[in-house]
Amino acid sequence: MAEMMAAGETPDVLFWVGCAGSFDDRAKKITKAIAKILTHCKVKFAVLGTEESCSGDPARRAGNEFTFQMQAQMNIQVLNGYEIKRIVTGCPHCFNTLKNEYPELGGSYEVLHHTQLIQDLINTGKLSLIDGGTFKGKKITFHDPCYLGRANDVYKAPRDLIESLDGELVEMKRCKTNGLCCGAGGAQMFKEAEKGNKEINIERTEDVLESEANIVATGCPFCNTMMTDGVKNFNKEADIQVLDVAELIAQAADL
Amino acid sequence: MVAHLVFVVLVLVSMTLFLWKMSSIVKQIKLGRPTNRTDRVGERIKTMLLVAFGQKKMFNRPIPAILHFIFYVAFIITQIELIEVFIDGFTGSHRFFYHAGLGAFYTFVISSIEVLSVLTFIATLIFFSRRNLIKIPRFTSSDLNGWARNDANLILLFELLLIIFIFMMNGADEADKIWRSNVGYGFAVSQYLGPLVFGQINNVDLLHIISSIGWWGHLLMVFVFLNYLPYSKHLHILFAFPNTYFSNLNAKGKFNNMESVEAEVKLMLDPSADPYAASPATEAPQRFGAKDVQDLSWKQLLDAYSCTECGRCTSVCPANQTGKLLSPRKIMMDTRDRLSEIGAKNFDLNDGKSLLGDYITPEELWACTSCNACVQECPVNIDPLSIIVDLRRYLVMEESKVPTELTGMLTNIENNGAPWQFSPADRMKWTEEN
Repeated sequence: MAEMMAAGETPDVLFWVGCAGSFDDRAKKITKAIAKILTHCKVKFAVLGTEESCSGDPARRAGNEFTFQMQAQMNIQVLNGYEIKRIVTGCPHCFNTLKNEYPELGGSYEVLHHTQLIQDLINTGKLSLIDGGTFKGKKITFHDPCYLGRANDVYKAPRDLIESLDGELVEMKRCKTNGLCCGAGGAQMFKEAEKGNKEINIERTEDVLESEANIVATGCPFCNTMMTDGVKNFNKEADIQVLDVAELIAQAADL
Repeated sequence: MVAHLVFVVLVLVSMTLFLWKMSSIVKQIKLGRPTNRTDRVGERIKTMLLVAFGQKKMFNRPIPAILHFIFYVAFIITQIELIEVFIDGFTGSHRFFYHAGLGAFYTFVISSIEVLSVLTFIATLIFFSRRNLIKIPRFTSSDLNGWARNDANLILLFELLLIIFIFMMNGADEADKIWRSNVGYGFAVSQYLGPLVFGQINNVDLLHIISSIGWWGHLLMVFVFLNYLPYSKHLHILFAFPNTYFSNLNAKGKFNNMESVEAEVKLMLDPSADPYAASPATEAPQRFGAKDVQDLSWKQLLDAYSCTECGRCTSVCPANQTGKLLSPRKIMMDTRDRLSEIGAKNFDLNDGKSLLGDYITPEELWACTSCNACVQECPVNIDPLSIIVDLRRYLVMEESKVPTELTGMLTNIENNGAPWQFSPADRMKWTEEN
C-alpha cells in the first residue's frame, strides 16, 4: 500500500489479509488463491503488509476491550491515513470487526468478505470459470462461518459461488441460520475447550459425514483448521477435502 | 349483594397485588445501565409485529408453533368473554352481551371461544406429555431442576382448570336453558356437552349452582393466573411485546462499544495529550463489564424477565451440545433469579452476593464460542451472548482472570500485532512462497 501511495495511485480495493492469512501455513494458501483471483481479474488491489495488525476480534471476544481498542484505533489511523474506501477480507472475523465495529470508532469503509467480491467479479463478467470438470460428480457442502452467516446474514454469496462450479452443492442438516459453529469463535481458537464430552469440531464433522460430501467448503481460516482436524480425526482425509471457496474458484478458473 | 361485594373486593385485591408486584419488576429492570433502544421506530414496530404478534421465529419448529399458536389465539379471544364476566360481576347481570340483543353474533363469538378452548385443552395435554412423558430433552435437562419444572407444569394445570370451569359454566347454562325452554344458546361445544353431562340434573337450582361454580372458578383462575404471572416464566405473554420492540437491530456480530475504554485508549494514542492533566471524571468510574445485575443494561434485564425457559437457545448451543457447562437458558434464568432476589431484599445491592460467582461460574462463560446460535433461535429476541460477554469483560479487565492460553494470545497481539508469536515483518512472506 505504501508503494502505491508513493506512486500516487489508489487501489480499487484493499485486501485485508488477516493474521491467519499471513502466518498460518494452511491459511496462506487461501490468501494466495484470493490474490490470484484478484490479479487474474485485474483488480487493482493493495495490501498493508507490515502495517497490517490484528483487527482486535479475538481480544474483544475474550473480554479485553483495552487490547481491542488499541488495535482498532491504530488500524483505523493507518486505514484512514491511506484514505481507504473499500476493503476485502479473507476472514469473517476481520470482516465483522471492520464492517460493524470500526465505524463507531471513526473507521467507515465498504467491507466485503472475499466470497462477496468474487461473486461480484463473476456477475460482472470479469471472472469466468473454465468448465474443466474439476469438480464433476463431486458433492460440495458449505460450512457457514458464524461471523459470516448469523452475525452478518451472508448466506447466498458463498453458495452461489459453489453452484457456479460443476459439482453439486449439498447441505448439511444444520445449515444457514441453523449452522453449527466449528468451535473456534469467541477466542476459543486460542485456548483448550472447557470440559465436556466431545469437541465441537467433531460434532460438526459428523454433520459433514452425514451429508456424504466429498468437499467441505469454508469461508474462514479458523473453520478451515477446525474442519481439517475434524476430518483427520475420522481418518477421512483421503475422501474429504477441506477447501476455502476461494480455492475452489481458483481451481475452477485454472489459476 | 354479597356476591357483588365479593366480586368487587376480589377485583380490587388482585389488581392491586398485580400492579404492586409489577411495579417492583419495573423498578428492578430500571436498575440496569442505560442503552439506546428508542431509535428506528418503524423497524422496531415491524420487528414486534413479526416476532411477537406474528410469532415468526416460533415457526422454525412447526409442531410446538402450531400448539402454541392455538394457546395464543384462544387467550386473546377469550378476553371477550372475560369482558362479559366483568360486566356481569359489576352489574349483577347474567350473560350481559346475550341479553343486549347480540343474538347470533354472541353465539358465534362464544362458539369460537369454545372451539379454541377444546383445542387448547388438547394442546395442553400434548404439552404435558412433551414435558413429562415423551421427555423432550430441552424440557428435561438439569438447568430446569427444581422450581422451573414445577412452574411449567403448574401453568398447564391452571390452563386445564380454567377450561374446565368455562365448560361448567356454559354447559350448565345450556342444560338449564334447554330444560326450561327446549332451545339452548346453541354454543358450538356446550350445546352437546351440557345436556350430555348435566342433562340428568332436572333441578334448576342445582344447574345454577354448577354454572355459578364455573363462573366463579373461571374468574378465580383468571385472578390466580394474573398474580402468578410476575412470579413465573409465563410473564413472557406480556413482556414478549416490549422485548421484541427493544430488540437489538444491529448485525448480530457487532459487540457493543465500551466508550470509557475507547476514550482512555484515545488519550493514550494521542501524542498531544497531556499525561498530567487532571482526569475530567467527576463521578466514580463505572465497573468494566458486569459482575452483578446492576452492571447489565436494562434491556438485558428485560430479556431475563421475558424468558419463558423454552430452551431453544440451549438446544442449539454448540458448547451445551458437546457436554460443556454452558446453557444460555441458565444464563437468563440466573440473571432473573438474581434480579428478583435483589428486588425481594428491598434493593439492597450490598448483600455480599453477585450474579458472577454465586450464580454463573467462569467455566460456563469460557465455554461460549460467541456463535450467536442462541440469539438467532430465541423466539422473543433475547440476547444471552451479550450477558456472557459483559461478564467476561469483568473477569478479564477487573479481575485479570483470563485462561492462561488467552493471556498468551493477548500478549502476542499487544507485542507483535497478531494472536500468535510471529513478527510483523513476516506478514508478506506468503507472497514469496509457492
